[in-house]
This record gives sequence, structure tokens and C-alpha cells, in this order.
Amino acid sequence: MPYQNRVAVLGAGLTRFMRRALETPKELAFEAAKTALEDAGLTIADIDCVVSVTAPEAFDGVHMNGEYLADGAGAWGKPYMRTYVGGGSGVFGLVAGWYHIASGHFDTCLVVAEEKMSPALPHPQGAFNAIYDQFTERPLGVNLLWIFALEMNRYMQTHGIPMETFARVAQKNKRNGIDHPSAQPGIAGDFTIEQIMASEVMAWPVQRLMVSPISDGAGAMVLASERFARRMSRPPVWIEGVGWNLDTSYWTNRDLYYPRYLEKAARMAYEMAGISDPRRDIHVVEPYDPFAYKELHHLEGLLLADKGQAPRLAEEGFWERDTAQGIPASPSGGLLGVGNPIAAAGMMKLAEIYWQLQGQAGPRQVKREVRRGLAQAWGDLMQVGTVVIMGR
Amino acid sequence: MEPFSGTSLTDHALVSGEVLLSFWQPKALYRWDAGVAISAFLDGLKAGKLLATRCPECRRTLAPPRVFCELCFRPIGDWVELPGAGTINTYSVSYVNWDATRRRTPEVPVVVELDGASPGIGILHLMGEVGTTLEEITGKLRIGAPVQPVWKPAAEREGAITDIRYFRLAEG
Amino acid sequence: MLERAAIIGIGYTPLRPVSPEVSFRELIFEAAVKAYADAGIEPGQVSTFVSVTEDYVEGTAIADEYVPDQLGAVLKPVHTITTDGITGIASLVMQLATEQLDIGVIEGHSKASNIVHPAHIEALALDPIYARPLAFHPRYVAGLEMRAFLEATGNTEEQAALVAAVNRRSALRNPLAAYPANLTAADALASAPVAEPLKRGDIAQPADGAIVLVLARESRLPQLAPKCGRPVFIDGIGWTQDTPNIEERDLSRAVYAEKAAQMAYRRAGITNPTAQLDFAEVDDTFSYKELQHLESLGLARSGESGRLLAEGRFSPGGALPVNPSGGHLGCGYAYDMSGLRSVLEAALQLRGQAGERQLDGVRRGLAQSWRGLPTATGAVAVLSRQ
Repeated sequence: MPYQNRVAVLGAGLTRFMRRALETPKELAFEAAKTALEDAGLTIADIDCVVSVTAPEAFDGVHMNGEYLADGAGAWGKPYMRTYVGGGSGVFGLVAGWYHIASGHFDTCLVVAEEKMSPALPHPQGAFNAIYDQFTERPLGVNLLWIFALEMNRYMQTHGIPMETFARVAQKNKRNGIDHPSAQPGIAGDFTIEQIMASEVMAWPVQRLMVSPISDGAGAMVLASERFARRMSRPPVWIEGVGWNLDTSYWTNRDLYYPRYLEKAARMAYEMAGISDPRRDIHVVEPYDPFAYKELHHLEGLLLADKGQAPRLAEEGFWERDTAQGIPASPSGGLLGVGNPIAAAGMMKLAEIYWQLQGQAGPRQVKREVRRGLAQAWGDLMQVGTVVIMGR
Repeated sequence: MEPFSGTSLTDHALVSGEVLLSFWQPKALYRWDAGVAISAFLDGLKAGKLLATRCPECRRTLAPPRVFCELCFRPIGDWVELPGAGTINTYSVSYVNWDATRRRTPEVPVVVELDGASPGIGILHLMGEVGTTLEEITGKLRIGAPVQPVWKPAAEREGAITDIRYFRLAEG
Repeated sequence: MLERAAIIGIGYTPLRPVSPEVSFRELIFEAAVKAYADAGIEPGQVSTFVSVTEDYVEGTAIADEYVPDQLGAVLKPVHTITTDGITGIASLVMQLATEQLDIGVIEGHSKASNIVHPAHIEALALDPIYARPLAFHPRYVAGLEMRAFLEATGNTEEQAALVAAVNRRSALRNPLAAYPANLTAADALASAPVAEPLKRGDIAQPADGAIVLVLARESRLPQLAPKCGRPVFIDGIGWTQDTPNIEERDLSRAVYAEKAAQMAYRRAGITNPTAQLDFAEVDDTFSYKELQHLESLGLARSGESGRLLAEGRFSPGGALPVNPSGGHLGCGYAYDMSGLRSVLEAALQLRGQAGERQLDGVRRGLAQSWRGLPTATGAVAVLSRQ
């Protein structure tokens, strides 16, 4: 039975995504929160509680980052918590906001996602070295790209997927991103498959134009209970299902070719939403795409394609924005086309589904009619799936 | 839609002093307790042995070893010595250092499924003796290929994962 | 009326100054095994898991990734909250109240002994542009606050020192405690100054340990009750924070505790806390914080907490026993596990399992947390046995 105690989305706001922002993390959080409140037609006084999400503390170089962000996020004096599940945090923010409202404890909740990666020196990627096991992995001189390259190779070779197919995902998302007002300069664009295939090898099989960039940015959404939402003039979008799941941290003991944690998270959300056939009932999807292969990998985990079949569907144009028969994937441009301020990128995906359902996505509006959409994020040691389904 | 708020800075703005910056070097140092399982594992490496544990319930042989089974949620007391050899589960050819600088010769991280451990149970390590160019390396390596460890000499081993210098393709 | 959650399983390790014999995973595994056995459940029955920790305390980026295995939470809904344990419990209370999830688990742990320079980690929590470049030791924030509090309320350094002595003596009866000691207020007063008026004896010392609690929806208790430990109900819970900017705060008050208490009391139907609560575990990370928190929680009038302490009102045999466990001064400061340690004591007291330090006839108690320097974040839980 679908979940009855519904939670509404009343508004969304994003900053631009930038390689280096002038704004401090607090200021980025403020800009996004203020935009979301304005979009919802509310002020901070209408907000009962606040959730913030950011990924590792080491980007900002601030310990107790949630506290640091509190005033920028509009949380001063309010019940407030910072939740995190690594790269899955952005989408998880809405899960946390959902339980604040669905519990009956609060009528309104502001969810703020912020990531300022640029402060970390010599390079933000270094902040990620400490994600590996301190005894059995870090002494090997690790770097972040390894795990994704290892996963991509396993996925690619298990199913025999050609590199051109991954390049096609990057091409689609970078093209979609041209129309996104948050898009980071230099990231979106009309690239040929040849250009993408010829981009430099970072950690084979991962190539430059199939990886999302380092970014600064923030995003926010306003949630409300059904009784509060009914008082608003604009019809809301509803959160119909949420799911989250964490796999083992012994990642070298798993078969990386398939994201089983995501399937679990998706099934949790589908069940809550009363969805028995996601390929029929999900009309637009924002899968997490920090790497081109991840979009396809995630579409399989979301059960929107059979194992190993998402690449074939990509070749047929099934995931394109203007598809008539397929399911548009990453119409926003995704992380590959808009940028990847980690937690804020997840919020960007949620905002896209919200705008698509409201018919407010402008040049990015998908061609087919959409009544229900799904946003998803992923992170940690390639082990967490977070899923939110929204409908109108 | 109009572009959203946010002020993008150029590299020049940072180095020219156009914007002011505040620097801080964190003094974040840790001495982690390795505990029962990993202490024994590291001691084993120092002695030139690759140790694993075996869950009495699900019968999985696990590496890196642990003294509890995360799936059966029960304690584990059985230790086994693995031969050290294994097969490639997946690999990469990495041209990027952790600080995003570029490497002239690539590193080859690998997940090795260990012989004697349960199927799919592997550890992260590096491949060696596989060449220096992408074409050469991807030409030599394949998923499922047998590999064997190259140990440091006993006198140089210190009880660390790096006591195995790297894995190389098995002969023949 | 929102459905209540109840604590149905308790698992913990003793707190110790160091714990070199076990890894953090092994430490948590011990607490988790005990919690599930106490609750009479298998971890597979749990619908949601929460951990409370933060990266720089662990020395691991995105430390939440290492949570599932030692909790039996592989391929389960798990997330981490960078907050104290009581706010973590608030998350579970809300998750269970959605009626989508039935059983929740919270985990907190401390490997404080593994942090080589704890003050440098605390310093990383200061504002990177305004406060940190001054390069002062973060304990100065406590010194500033202690002076502001004592001067505004008329409580004294001697009374703060008495808090330290009383709590470390109470810890003599607590086998969990890392720092029991038979001290007097004079010992604390004579200890070395750290950030005047704060002295070494006023400061809770770091400790290692792990705590796991199992919570369930009240409506699920009939199925679980035959096997689980005696349920302890969460009647009300509140959490909030004051401004993150130290210079903007009223340092004489713990505004976060006032607001969190209002929220928890409202939910629990408490209008007269001194009459309706039988005992309290309040944060005493620094000795003066216990006094400040007692006044913020409405358990003493402003300026009277020190005198009431000296008169024995907050002693085990007094009208309102406070920190029967020995508090953080006696048990040890365990980062974000600290709030869970306070809830643990409250739960043991309400179950009648507090051993030598068991209070007579307690039916309802309070546990309160503060997230430590330099925050003004805190939470309050009201717990009862019916």
C-alpha cells in the first residue's frame, strides 16, 4: 500500500556551480536557502526545522561543519542536524527532511546542501585519500580515482560494453547541461564522441571527459506537511517514496559489476510509493553520474534496465531528453554537464525532478508527459544508494 | 532562466591578491589501534604469510581478516594461511597522483581474489612487472589472470600491507 | 499524540582511557552483540541504523562508510549524523514515528585515545576566517564562558570544583567509568590553570568506548516485549543550537539547552521539571557546564545551582540526584558518544540495573547533551519507565 502521510516539496533553489566560488560555505548555503524559500513563497520564520548535508569535512577544512554552516543554512535556534552518507548525502538530505515531516513532529523543513571543494590544497582529491582503510589500503599510496576505475573496468568487462557507449552518456549529459543555469563554466557543451574518446586517460578506463569536475555550490529545498501544503496557492510536488541502503565497507569482497545496495534502496522507495513496475511508472530519472559509466550502472540498479542492458538502451537513445518511448535520464545535464559540488549536486538532481514535475524546467523540459520522477545519489566506498521518488 | 547567484573566481584572482585568502595547515594526526584481527594480519605479513579468517557459520574465508562475520554476526576464531597467489578481479592503469599531478609512468592498482579465500574475496594492491605504457599493460592484463605476490626481503618487512611489494602475473 | 519510541536493547563497553587491544570495529561489535542480545532480536530485524560521529574525530574522510559491518547492518538503511548521541536518538524517534520503520539502532563510539593532538582537531571547528587565525587554544572558549557564567550568576569557582569532586567520587560506584577518584573540591581548585578560571581538574578527560541502543515503536512492543529488556520510553526529545559565532553568544547562558529543554518538556508534558523529574544526567564536560546546564534546564534557579549542589540536593540521596553515573568528569568524555552515555545511565537507572549506584524508585529522568567546544549545540531527552 502506498505511503499515506505525504510530504510536499514547496520550493527549490540552487547557486551556480563553480570551480572556485568567492562565497564562503556559509554564504553559498545562505544563497541556496534564500532562493528556495523565495521559490516556496515563505520566509525563515515559517521554517520549523533544518537539515544540512555536506560530504567530507576535509574540503572546507572545518571540523563540525554542520555547526559552522548553521547560520548560513537558516538553522539558528531551530532543531537542526547534519546528516551524511558521502556522495549520497545530497539526495539523503531530502530523506532526512522527509522523516522530520512524515513523523508528525514538524510542519516545515528546510534542507540545505552545501559543498565547497576548492579550499582543500594541494587538490580537493587529496581529501578523499582518507576514505580508504587505514591499515590495508592507505599505505599503498591510494588515490580516489582508483576505486571508480576498478569498478568501471569490472562493469565494462563483465558485460563487454564498448567505450563509445560511455562516451555517448557523457555527450548526452554535457549537451543537456548547456541549458542549466547552474552549469559550471567549461563543463557543458556539444562534444563529439571522438573528442570524448580522445580525452586524456586519467585512470584507465576513466577518461577526462567522462568524469565530473571539482565544484563549489549549494542547493536547498523546502518541505512541508500535507496540511501546510494545502494552504499554498501552487500545487505541490509530493515525495512518494524514499530509500537508502549501505553495503559493506569491505569493498574488495563485493562484485563491483552491479550496485546491489542501490537495488535495495530502490525497492524500498518503490514499495513506499506503491510502484510495482518502475519502467512504466517512472517517467523521468536523475541517476547519479559523477562518471559516465555510473549513470548506466545506476539505471540497472534502479531496475530501469536489466543487468547489462542500460548501455544498449543508451545506444538506442532510450535515455535522451527528447525520447518519446524511453525514460529521459539526467535531463539536467547531471554531474557531467552541470558540475559536482558533491552534496549540492545531489540536491541539483532533486531540484530537476521537482522542476520537471512542475513543468518549470524550461529548455530542459522533457518531451514526454511526466507525473512521477526519481532522483538518486551514491557514494562512500561505492557502497551507498539514496533514492527519492516524487510525483504530482 | 537567469543564471543563479554565485561569484566564480579565476586562478588569477587567487594568485594576484585580488581576493584575500586565509591558510591553515591542519595538524590532524592519528595512531589507530589495529585491534585483534588486523594486528595478526600485519604480524603475518611481516612473517611473509597472508592470513585470513573463516566464519564457522557461512564458511566464508575472509581477507582482510576479521574476528566477526559481518553477515552472520557472530565471532570468528579460525585462522587460515593463504598461499598468497590469486587472480585479477579488476584493475586500472592510473596516470593521476593523489594531488592531481600527472604521472609519467602509470600505477596499476588491482583487486586480487586470493586463492584459498572464498570466491569474490579480494584485497586491493598494485601490479608490477607489467610494462610502462597503457597499450602494453592493457595488452598483458585481463580479468581472471593468475597473479602471485612479490614479497620484500624478510629484513625489510615491517608488518604492513606494503610488505608485499606488488603482485605480478604468474608464470606460464 | 505522536507515537513514542522505547529503548528495548542496551549494549556497551566500559569506558577506558585507552583501548589498544581492539580496533574501533571490534569495540563496536562488542556493544552491538550485547545490545541485540538484550533486545532479544537479530540485527536482520532492524529497519534503520544511525551512527553519530564526524570525520576529523575518526581520521577518516566520509567516516560513515565504515559503520555497517560491525553493526550487522550490511545492505540495510544506514546513515550518519554529525551530532551528539541524543540528537541521533531524535532522528530515530522521528524515523520510527513515520510508521514506515519499526526497529531502529543507534551507535556511538569513541577512540579518543587515537587522536594525537585533540586540541588541533577542536581548533578546526573554529571559524576558519574570523577565529582560527588568532591561533588560540580552543579551551580558551571554555575559559571565557566559565568566567561569564560565574560572574553573571554568582556561582563560584569553588562550587565548580565541587562538581568535579562529587562526580569523580560518584564514579567510584560505576564500573563503566574511566576516571573514578576520591577527590575533594580542594584538589580540583589546586589543579593547574588551563584557561583561567578553568583548571585542569574542571575538565573531563577523553575516554574510549562504544554504546549501541535498540529502539522500537511503542505499538510494536507487545510482539517484542517477551524477549526484550525492560523498555524505557522516550517521552520527549528536543535538540537545537545557538549561533555558531562565539562572539555573538550570551556566554553566561546555555541557550541551546534552554530551547532543547522547552521542546522536550513540551512533548513530554512537563511543566514543572524539578517536581516531575526524579533524576538527571547532564553534560559536565567542564565542571561549570553542569551548573550552567542545571540552570538552563530549569532544575535550579539562576545563581542557585552551586549552593544547591553544596547542600546535597543533587547528591544520590538528595531531592534531585544529578549525574549518578559520575558524569563525563567521572566516566570520561567520549565525543559524540557522550550523550548516549548519559542516556545509557538514565536507562539503567529506570530499569533498576544501576547496581551499587541505583537510585530508589525513579520513574522518570532526563538526559542532556552538549556537543563540546566550540559549539553551542545540545539536546535533551526525557525518559520514563512506563
